[in-house]
Amino acid sequence: MKLSVLRFAVLPAALAGSFALYSLTAAPGRVAPEPGNAGLKLPAGFGALVVAETGAHARHLVVTPEGTLYVKLAKPTAKGAGILVLKPGAGGKAALAGGFGNYGGTGIFQKNGYLYASSNREVFRYKLDAQSNVVSPAQPETVVTGLKMGREHETKSIALDNAGNLYVNIGAYSNSCQVLDREKGSMGIASCPVLDSAGGIWQFRADGQRQSYPQGVRYTTGLRNVVGLDWNAQADQLFVMQHGRDQLHDIFPALYDEKSSARLPAECMYALKKGDNAGWPYTYYDPAQHHKMLAPEYGGDGKKTVDGQYLDPVAAYPAHMAPNALLFYTGAMFPARYRNGAFIAFHGSWNRAPEPQMGYFVAFQPFKDGKPSGAWEIFADNFAGSAAKAASGRADHRPCGLAQGPDGSLYVSDDNKGTIYRIVYQK
Amino acid sequence: MLRHPLPAAALLAAALLLLNAGPGTAQARPKPKPRTQAAGGPAPALLAQGKKVYTQYCLTCHQADGGGVQNMNPPLSQTSYVLGDKARLAGIILHGFSENVEIKGETYTNVMPAHDFLTDAQIASLLTYVRHSFGNKASAVGTAEVQAVRAAGK
Repeated sequence: MKLSVLRFAVLPAALAGSFALYSLTAAPGRVAPEPGNAGLKLPAGFGALVVAETGAHARHLVVTPEGTLYVKLAKPTAKGAGILVLKPGAGGKAALAGGFGNYGGTGIFQKNGYLYASSNREVFRYKLDAQSNVVSPAQPETVVTGLKMGREHETKSIALDNAGNLYVNIGAYSNSCQVLDREKGSMGIASCPVLDSAGGIWQFRADGQRQSYPQGVRYTTGLRNVVGLDWNAQADQLFVMQHGRDQLHDIFPALYDEKSSARLPAECMYALKKGDNAGWPYTYYDPAQHHKMLAPEYGGDGKKTVDGQYLDPVAAYPAHMAPNALLFYTGAMFPARYRNGAFIAFHGSWNRAPEPQMGYFVAFQPFKDGKPSGAWEIFADNFAGSAAKAASGRADHRPCGLAQGPDGSLYVSDDNKGTIYRIVYQK
Repeated sequence: MLRHPLPAAALLAAALLLLNAGPGTAQARPKPKPRTQAAGGPAPALLAQGKKVYTQYCLTCHQADGGGVQNMNPPLSQTSYVLGDKARLAGIILHGFSENVEIKGETYTNVMPAHDFLTDAQIASLLTYVRHSFGNKASAVGTAEVQAVRAAGK
């Protein structure tokens, strides 16, 4: 870590001079969408530009009140930067100004003068100065440590509430808690042991030090994996997007054909309360039957439903699209109907094969009074580059992170090629 | 790409046979093995059979183009796991695989379940297909080779 910090100490100093010049020539405040909207398809009145090409697996990101971007990378760069720092430049773009944090991961969140970021086992926080610059990039506080990481759903997405609590997703290190993970016909383990330390959202103190399971609270269990989550201030409640289970056909071909496996189960949005149980691995949600179904690993047959006991989703989306980010929009730039609604970045499917893949877009879910209200819609499409690339799963770009800029712009990160997009509304 | 993977052990065995053979037993010399990678490659029927197995059991994770899935399921093109040791490859199908795979700087972590319910002939045709598809041009895998790996156990 020390070496990388030394390297990056030089870079900002070298760039400082050029930024000083830059700021003299940059047209302040004027954000210019590209003529082709950076390849994105958007509703009328919206435009988009490429903020920066990071060339890295850009996962989640935040934008500070000053317009600085902190981008969390799935793995650190060759120079040891797991978090990239991008400073605003002319025309709404941004330029790489350094990096720090020699660990890969997904989660990043800013709140109350701190930048929080996660590896796949820990959560760190960095004090920010009055300009939202990280004070000591090499000396973060370790807020949470020792979290379970298996060989799937390793990432630890994070969000904070307004009462000093930190929420961490600990994904299940299993698809459906079978005795033999993903093996054809293998049944579920009774009282799924994964749930003791994973498959849910854990709550910790946002200002705690080196907390682990004994200091945390299993806030909600029965969530297979959550990558997108956000605190809804109106409902004063944590909302999460679950990645639903895979491979119903591969594992139980007698019960599910390829088509039903591609459309089951729904990717669900849940509004959480402390102590909830969303039902994984015992249930999945069938969007056509509007019902929680008994998982075949636990005696289900595609028809048996499960009542009560488990949390109902508040909204359901097509299967396997992989919701990787959730953002409640509170900005003033977009038209009023978007305010307090949810943007969802669907990373794009793989588990619909051999049926066409789906996703690779940012969706909008209207909300009213802190609850989903009305049908969701595709907001920003064509990250894949073409319909054929989306159908084959060989997408050019894959939306993974969402952030709201101080002016109300919506930023989207792509973890395939590392493009950072900015979507603006032009009155 | 005519790297014939006839094992050194087989060559040694042939040499020993020659040494032991008296003048009158020259005809006991083992017949040269039929080459499995003649210019035309594996038989179309064998490839078709392998593709059928691939489509049914492998395609969901490794995808129609064999390119795999980012972070999760490794690609099958131009990797030593597929092009290299056939016994190791057959073992991955039979016993599954749960190690992190690194290919061209990217890591793939999803578990590969065991597929020991497939017959030796199904696995042989599948591996022949995979080693001859997605830009790969490696030799065929015989049923006996799969059988030997299965017999050796995990």
